[in-house]
Amino acid sequence: MNKSVQLQLEKAPNRKLYLTTIGVILTALLVWSILGVNITGFSQRGLDIASNIVRGILTPDLEFLFDFTSGGGVPYLLFETIAIAFLGTIFGSFLAIPISFLMSPSVVSRPVAFITRLVVIFIRTIPSLVYGLMFIRVTGPGPYAGVLTMSLTSIGMISRLYVDVIENLDRGILEAMTSMGCTTYEKIRYGIMPQLFSNFLSVTIYRYDMNLRDATILGLVGAGGIGAPLIFAMRAYRWNEVGSILIGLVILILAVEIFSNKLRGKLVNG
Amino acid sequence: MNETFYDKIFKPKTYTLSNGKEVKKRASRTPLILLVVLILTVVSWEVTGVDLSVIPARGNQFIVILFDMFPPNLNFLGNIWGPLFDTIQMSLLGSITGALLAIPFALLSSSNIISNSLLNGFFKLALSILRTLPTLVSALIATFIFGLGTMAGTVAIFLFTLSYIGKLMYEHIESVDMGAFEAHESMGLSKVEAFRYAIIPDILPTYLSVSLYAFEGNIRYAAILGYVGAGGVGLLLDERLGWRDYPSVGMVLLILMLVVFVIERISEYFRMKLT
Repeated sequence: MNKSVQLQLEKAPNRKLYLTTIGVILTALLVWSILGVNITGFSQRGLDIASNIVRGILTPDLEFLFDFTSGGGVPYLLFETIAIAFLGTIFGSFLAIPISFLMSPSVVSRPVAFITRLVVIFIRTIPSLVYGLMFIRVTGPGPYAGVLTMSLTSIGMISRLYVDVIENLDRGILEAMTSMGCTTYEKIRYGIMPQLFSNFLSVTIYRYDMNLRDATILGLVGAGGIGAPLIFAMRAYRWNEVGSILIGLVILILAVEIFSNKLRGKLVNG
Repeated sequence: MNETFYDKIFKPKTYTLSNGKEVKKRASRTPLILLVVLILTVVSWEVTGVDLSVIPARGNQFIVILFDMFPPNLNFLGNIWGPLFDTIQMSLLGSITGALLAIPFALLSSSNIISNSLLNGFFKLALSILRTLPTLVSALIATFIFGLGTMAGTVAIFLFTLSYIGKLMYEHIESVDMGAFEAHESMGLSKVEAFRYAIIPDILPTYLSVSLYAFEGNIRYAAILGYVGAGGVGLLLDERLGWRDYPSVGMVLLILMLVVFVIERISEYFRMKLT
């Protein structure tokens, strides 16, 4: 190796101690967690089930997978899941607008922003399943409980991202408009709204993508969507049905992800 | 300006500037977006059977449950520690092993490191398919294979972490500036040495911060995995909610919130340092 290169390389800060410390801590954590987790190997029964699942995915219940007519086939269940996630995202994003303004320090005073932020963190850490179980007491089992849960759980992340958008508003535009003699209404309509609209929309689409995944989970507690049929099919060992549900789910989520990435790319780049 | 289908229906406005030049302004897309959103909302409303009148009529049920959680049952604290540590250990083990295995996956998926499009495509597809499965669903499947307990939860978290970090890392690796790598190679370093000095310093901070972020999220996911029998604090939540023992539920949630908050702060601090 060239001498000058060697010299340059040796100038790099020596962080051996730092890296070793991190390594030791990580190893200690790893050992601690291995001791705690009850590691069970593959039992014969487990292997049988695994091969059954693979067989179920390879030979799905086609009638169930392409049952477009009745209300019990995979397409309808997916459609219901989409609807739950959609409505939940719409409600959540509308609820998040006032909250995000209350959360951004450039709009309200610092104590108010801090308290709202604490409340939102509080809402966010409760797992969505718990909300789902609570809302089922309100509406009874079904997709409606799912919608309410989604609305509440989306608020946390959406409002946090909205706050970033609000804080990053280009104030230069507003100053330019003031110097041109625009009224407050004009400033909001032509200076603030166009900046917020597309970014808010982009955040909302991103959250929709996540809600779709969560909506499948909510079905497991009986809040509508494709989760409930999945758990029933598994408990009854109907692996072909499980296979069709999983295939439908994977295709749907992949499609929505690709679509939403395209849409958001368009929105952000104008 | 290329006209799309929308522009043909709603003609762009034409302005004539003072120097005689014509400028076109496209008609706003906002009405179209609003219309689509409105239609989808109405359809979803019908499908999910949303009935707003239920909220004022029975919404107090939700509040009642919330108030039942206060004051939390402090005596229940002793029962929480075991499952709570299970949850933390599950997400730690899953995150660390997932993050480690994500490295080879990410390298095999990035086209600038391994130039074999078949291999890249295969690993990219594998990562995206793994990522579509919600953690709870993979935990459910894992409970059938590994039996009820923390092992199933660890596997679910491991799979999610692998796919999440794998995807973010190959995206980052593919955007790495290969100039430095080539420069090192032309100086006579071997491929491995060039990788060590040119690529690793570039991707290491991102890798660590993404891993920390994944761990942070995993704690939250791990908390609910018990619901399908995959061990941890979710088991307690499920049991106590089933028995309508809300003060204990409140205690579990309170502790969970504290743990998540503390871990988030720690991880945020380190991530700030990394970037």
